[in-house]
Amino acid sequence: MTTTEKIVGNTANFVDERLGAAKWVKKSLNKVFPDHWSFMFGEVCMYSFVILLLSGTFLTLWFDPSQKDVIYNGAYEPLKGLKMSAAYASTLNISFEVRGGLLMRQIHHWAANIFMAAIVAHLLRVFFTGAFRKPREFNWILGILLLTLGLVEGLFGYSLPDDLLSGTGLRITSAIIQAIPVVGTYVSFFLFGGAFPGTDFIPRIFTLHILLIPGIFLAVITIHVMLVWYQKHTQFPGVGRTETNVVGHPILPVYMAKAGGFFFVVFGITAFLGAVASINPIWLYGPYTPGQISAGSQPDWYMGWLDGLVRMAPPLETHAFGHTISWNILIPAVIVPGIIFTGMALYPFIESWITGDKREHHLLDRPRNVPNRTALGVMSVTFVMISLINGGNDIIATNFDLSINQIMWFSRIGIFILPPLAFIITKRLCLSLQRADRELLLHGAESGRLLRLPHGEFVEVHTPISPEKAFLLQSHEQLTPLEIEDVDARGVRRPGAIKNKIQRRLSKAHAVSVPKVTEQELKEIENH
Amino acid sequence: MSNELTPIDDSVAPQHAPRATDINPVSEKRAEQQVAILFGLSGVGSVLLIYSYIFVADNVFIFIPIMGNQNAQQLGIGIGMAMSLFFIGIAAIHWAKTLMPDKEVVNHRHEFRSSDEDRAELVQTVKEGVAGVQLGRRKLIKRSLGAAVGLFALPPVLLLRDLGPLPGKQLEMTNWKAGTRLLTDPGNRPILASDLEVGAVVQVLPAVDHEDERPLSDIAKDPVLLIRLRPQDFQLTPEKFAMTHEGIIAFSKICSHMGCAVALYEQQTKHLLCPCHQSTFDVTRGAKVIFGPAARPLPQLDITVDAEGYLVSRAPFNEAVGPSFWERNSQ
Repeated sequence: MTTTEKIVGNTANFVDERLGAAKWVKKSLNKVFPDHWSFMFGEVCMYSFVILLLSGTFLTLWFDPSQKDVIYNGAYEPLKGLKMSAAYASTLNISFEVRGGLLMRQIHHWAANIFMAAIVAHLLRVFFTGAFRKPREFNWILGILLLTLGLVEGLFGYSLPDDLLSGTGLRITSAIIQAIPVVGTYVSFFLFGGAFPGTDFIPRIFTLHILLIPGIFLAVITIHVMLVWYQKHTQFPGVGRTETNVVGHPILPVYMAKAGGFFFVVFGITAFLGAVASINPIWLYGPYTPGQISAGSQPDWYMGWLDGLVRMAPPLETHAFGHTISWNILIPAVIVPGIIFTGMALYPFIESWITGDKREHHLLDRPRNVPNRTALGVMSVTFVMISLINGGNDIIATNFDLSINQIMWFSRIGIFILPPLAFIITKRLCLSLQRADRELLLHGAESGRLLRLPHGEFVEVHTPISPEKAFLLQSHEQLTPLEIEDVDARGVRRPGAIKNKIQRRLSKAHAVSVPKVTEQELKEIENH
Repeated sequence: MSNELTPIDDSVAPQHAPRATDINPVSEKRAEQQVAILFGLSGVGSVLLIYSYIFVADNVFIFIPIMGNQNAQQLGIGIGMAMSLFFIGIAAIHWAKTLMPDKEVVNHRHEFRSSDEDRAELVQTVKEGVAGVQLGRRKLIKRSLGAAVGLFALPPVLLLRDLGPLPGKQLEMTNWKAGTRLLTDPGNRPILASDLEVGAVVQVLPAVDHEDERPLSDIAKDPVLLIRLRPQDFQLTPEKFAMTHEGIIAFSKICSHMGCAVALYEQQTKHLLCPCHQSTFDVTRGAKVIFGPAARPLPQLDITVDAEGYLVSRAPFNEAVGPSFWERNSQ
């Protein structure tokens, strides 16, 4: 026995005699993780969260979360002698006087953007491959919670420096809160400690931003990952992969080395961006004052789509009985996002109701094989993209020499027409892809080799596809509509006729698909 | 949803192709060296970081194509840090991919549903436990418990009461009174009507006691834009026209939509545009909304001149400025 083995053995013995951990750890180290490039998005989320914790802690060492007035006397000449909040002055200090401070600020901001982008990519991957299905509905809901928290955390984060741009964002935030009927004005006065902007809001959101929300994040991410661990990761279909197994590399050593290495890669890339790509140069905006504004005021992209919805809203207000209801704010900033996030959270249950499928699923869908879900996803993405484009309408107008009014009208009409259009086109595309799969199975791949037959006819030679590929193309299930009768076996009308009708219609739409190749068809082809 | 179609062939075994490093000792040696070089590059990054932190002054700029002039210290620390992290990661991944075993293994899944026995036992345990609490029998305890818990829910909400004052009439009030002078912002100088040429636009604030110490919450309500047009350019109701002075019209600068500063004035069209959500107001028609999400015109301030000829407000705003709120009473 070498010395190293002895030390490891003794340590293991010490721990195991006290915790009995050997059995669990042994099992865990043999745990298998399937491999696919799209599974990396979730990892990127987790790693950028760690980067955010590290860089954020660094920033708190110098940041002063106070809205007290100070006269700036730091290193940045253009703002010398100006009255500003201590929050803004200390952010300038971090940017210009702390060595590596600007780098850390930029790493923190880039990591936040990467965090949100990775959450969105991860969400789309999970949605389009059906990974949210039973038994993973809880984890889907936790994911939606993390996305929502991320939006709030990001908004609070970029509001902290108290520059002209972020202050404008808070002005809009306070207007949204004020627009809530009955309690809005009170809630706004309590949150801001009086009339906007007051001097309390930044210290308060600082506590939320660095303590409460990260704490919730940490707890929810832990549960999220533990559930993945416990329920085991889903896998794409393929030879040897079934609903009852999981094929991949064990945690030790390959997965651990790859995942651990990937953390450093993500951190390295974020640091590179922080080093070379300027982000949120607050010294250019100046300190916040409600009487001023900079043209082209833009939130970060993950809030931009909400701002785009607000921009395209119709100018509607109700004045009645001495009260005002601002539909122009409530609809785009409260009602529509509320519907979208609730709908997202409930989607696994809605789909399971439509398909009547209550089984466990561990094999992922290829998006083309569930055309209705894929089309719904693309429709939602289209909706958000149009909103996002409208959120940048002023920037687009300036850069492409267009009129803001034209872009706004394009969005106002497009938001109703383009998402349904995207739905139809996507569904057609999925069915075409299914047909192409069927062709591939029945007739093989086009080889590009032309053959002239003795009687003069030209044909293209098709080469048969590999057995692995053939297996993959055949591995999905044929979607079938639910059969719901309005009357039961005894001829008695069932309750809930309208509900049944809706479910039947949706189920029929969901099950539209190209028939799978049967064994018989294959045999016939072989006999040709 | 049973699938009647049988898969064509699932007996094909997964193929495992050996890597070059598995069969060729030369490749194996080379891969090992590559990993070592990558780890070495990480070390180079760390040295660059330390060197830049200590030895590069913070006022040295170097020119880099595309990026322009860059602060050498920031760049050195950043690139060093990026290298030291990135290459550790790349080295570990390269090591895992070329040298660590790449055989895929299979684990089995267990069904999540508990056995019927376990479920029945759980139900039994819960039933016994609940029975032990005796809530069904002890009505007095049940009711007092409900009352106590209900009352206990109130203090946490109540404790948040001191977060801020009640709104009162604050949102409806500004520092504009009858006879308040209009002062330039910045500068705090009173304005003569003759100071403004036709087409001019000026931001003003009300004269108050301590003009250098205006709280931001006042600046969130008080700013007013003065715009001078030719009197014949206006298309106003007689009441609104009476609120102008020799072609000078005054509007709240705080957007009636979400409270941003309506800062963009287009002289040609005489339109005011809010940069936040592009609400557009026509100055000639009393800041009527002609585009965008705002639902109300900007409130107009009634102005005149005082005995010395300086511009003053004749009366406070006759409606609340800024974004709407529930208690806002407007016609």
